[in-house]
Amino acid sequence: MGWLDKLGLKKEEKLDKGVEKSREGLLNKIGKSIAGKDKIDDATLDDLEDALISSDVGVKTTIEIIDRLEKRVARDKFITQNELQQIMREEITALLKENRPDQPAEFDADFPAKPHVIMIVGVNGVGKTTTIGKLAHLYKKAGKNVMLGAADTFRAAAVDQLKIWSERADVPIIQQGQNADPSAVAYDTVASAKSRNADVVLVDTAGRLHNKKSLMEELAKIKRVMGKVVDGAPHEILLVLDASTGQNAMQQANAFTDVVDVTGLVLTKLDGTAKGGIVIGVSNELNVPVKYIGVGEQIEDLQVFERDGFVKALFGE
Amino acid sequence: MFEDLSSKIESAVQSLKGQARITDVNIAETVREIRRALLDADVNLEVARRFTDEVKERVMGSDVLNSVNPGQQFTKIVYDEMVKILGEERSDIAVAHQPPTVILIAGLQGSGKTTFSAKLARYLKQENNRNPILAAADVYRPAAIDQLKTLAGEIDVPVYSIEQKDAVRVAKEAVSMAKSLALDTVIIDTAGRLHVDEKMMDEVAEIKSSVEPDEILFIVDAMTGQDAVNTAKAFNETIDFDGVVLTKMDGDTRGGAALSIRSVVEKPIKFMSTGEKLDALSPFYPDRLAQRILGMGDVVSLVEKAQQEYDEKQAKKLQEKITSDKFDLVDFYDQIQKIKKMGDISDLVGMIPGAGKAVEDADLSEDTFKPIEAIINSMTPEERHNPEILNGTRRRRIAKGSGTSVREINQLIKQFDQMKKMMKSMSKMGKMGQAMQGLKDLPFGK
Repeated sequence: MGWLDKLGLKKEEKLDKGVEKSREGLLNKIGKSIAGKDKIDDATLDDLEDALISSDVGVKTTIEIIDRLEKRVARDKFITQNELQQIMREEITALLKENRPDQPAEFDADFPAKPHVIMIVGVNGVGKTTTIGKLAHLYKKAGKNVMLGAADTFRAAAVDQLKIWSERADVPIIQQGQNADPSAVAYDTVASAKSRNADVVLVDTAGRLHNKKSLMEELAKIKRVMGKVVDGAPHEILLVLDASTGQNAMQQANAFTDVVDVTGLVLTKLDGTAKGGIVIGVSNELNVPVKYIGVGEQIEDLQVFERDGFVKALFGE
Repeated sequence: MFEDLSSKIESAVQSLKGQARITDVNIAETVREIRRALLDADVNLEVARRFTDEVKERVMGSDVLNSVNPGQQFTKIVYDEMVKILGEERSDIAVAHQPPTVILIAGLQGSGKTTFSAKLARYLKQENNRNPILAAADVYRPAAIDQLKTLAGEIDVPVYSIEQKDAVRVAKEAVSMAKSLALDTVIIDTAGRLHVDEKMMDEVAEIKSSVEPDEILFIVDAMTGQDAVNTAKAFNETIDFDGVVLTKMDGDTRGGAALSIRSVVEKPIKFMSTGEKLDALSPFYPDRLAQRILGMGDVVSLVEKAQQEYDEKQAKKLQEKITSDKFDLVDFYDQIQKIKKMGDISDLVGMIPGAGKAVEDADLSEDTFKPIEAIINSMTPEERHNPEILNGTRRRRIAKGSGTSVREINQLIKQFDQMKKMMKSMSKMGKMGQAMQGLKDLPFGK
């Protein structure tokens, strides 16, 4: 937890705040169905199923989890509430993929490449620009040289918005203004980061619905041009998902991965009552880790995602 | 990605063939399929449950299984029920008796409020000849005011904003500004807020009480999942909104959140936002959304077909005519008209009692019917009812009148006779499949 102390964040507290609501829902239901029983019946499994569905885990993933539980219940015959929670935790944790070592989530970790280029993608309104502002702040606070690229040149005032974040985080920003060619901005940003010896580059892109072919092609191009400046860039492509999004997040993840090889997920707006359960299925099916969670509007309100912590918190421990 | 629900329903109902009635037991699987499809479409769990219960009740009381095509009838019940909940009537935006009309826009972060505000301003200006002013009451998100100003500039609508971070003041002053400039509409764009953020919810309540809007619209991202009910409920409790706007409908989301919201707050959905351009705004069409939620792209045609399809009474009448040998060229002509209305002939199997298979095998197109229609049209009513009286003279006259040949008329009459016999034998056997089997064994002719 060294990095957390450095950042001055009380992590557990924030994470708890974020997933408190989902925990309440799930635990209440499990608790209710288990109270006074020392083994699981079908009704309990049904309740579990409902709880998962209500958290946006989705029918497919829920059935997968329940199926495994059922098998274990059938085998072990006698299962207490604690055992059930333990199994459930294990099953969900197993579905959430781990970070790759060359793409560490910790802000003070060393990157194999310099500059380490991170491209942020997602549909409209999920919180890409805000996430970049927070990431910039946290990287900077951890002692990195950070640079921002305003490649969302499409949405009205998106450049202004990122600029305000760059001021808040006190990091330089490369911009060309509204309606500039986003690929050109991305190219400039990486080139300038290279010459200025930056550690981390965060490239913002315009929100786009994943079923718009031409916009997705544009994204592929933005990605391509960065690789021309720095080998292997972008080193990470983070897909931002809104925790309140339902099953469509799976289509989003599939489409973005098809076009730009998403390497990690950011789950935003977890400070509401939305549970964000869809990331379990997305992480599992696309084999990408959840890296960060957004838990508020302040610049510090971003946390490194921790599987165990997330699942534990889900069960109220 | 999603299997078509209508085909799932049809195959599920298919397995019920031969059962006299729909019961709790034999319908369970179908109901489960429907519920799963709804959950996949992001309909809230509780809402999905209530919905399928209602559908179940309706089909149990109906005689779906005895209809000509139970699968389609069942699907239609599901679809109709959904359209009913989504709201059949269009409802417009309120207009104040005493201008300006004040419209308050509220919702979660990233739902698309600012873009919608500009779209609405454009819509009212272009379609309704109104003179709107936009109030930039999102004083928190960085550059939100710039965003609104940029969009407003594109449509040439004024924006009221102030330096201070006081959303209530912006709203109030925008309304007085509208009065002094004689502008008839004020659209207040507010900051995105979480429904659990008490301070922010208090703020929007205060904006409401200080400007007393004529219309409050709750903006919802169409991709929202299970949580839609919680946010809609909370916003409704705080600001008692008048209508809902679904944004980002140009994505590929099924949009089940709309059904959830309609079910829990019973407020009309007024607009759908369908793109990034400022003219990408459309009134709400419940039928289209119902199709989307059910994942049945082809349901329009399906429902139209089902509607045009014979109801049971008609089918029975036809059956009686066939069995009692009263099926004549007038009926034959009617059948052709119905077939044509229904479009693709290969889809008709099962709709025309008995004749379905024959029609399918014949590989017919619409043109096929043209000479037949012409021939029948050239007959006298008596000839149509009693084709037996068609002698050589009559046939020559009809050929002349219809621009066909006697040979074609002979062929038609022969076909008609064959069809009549076939239909008769089929209707005696009762069921289509058995009838086809029976065809092999039964000799033609009386």
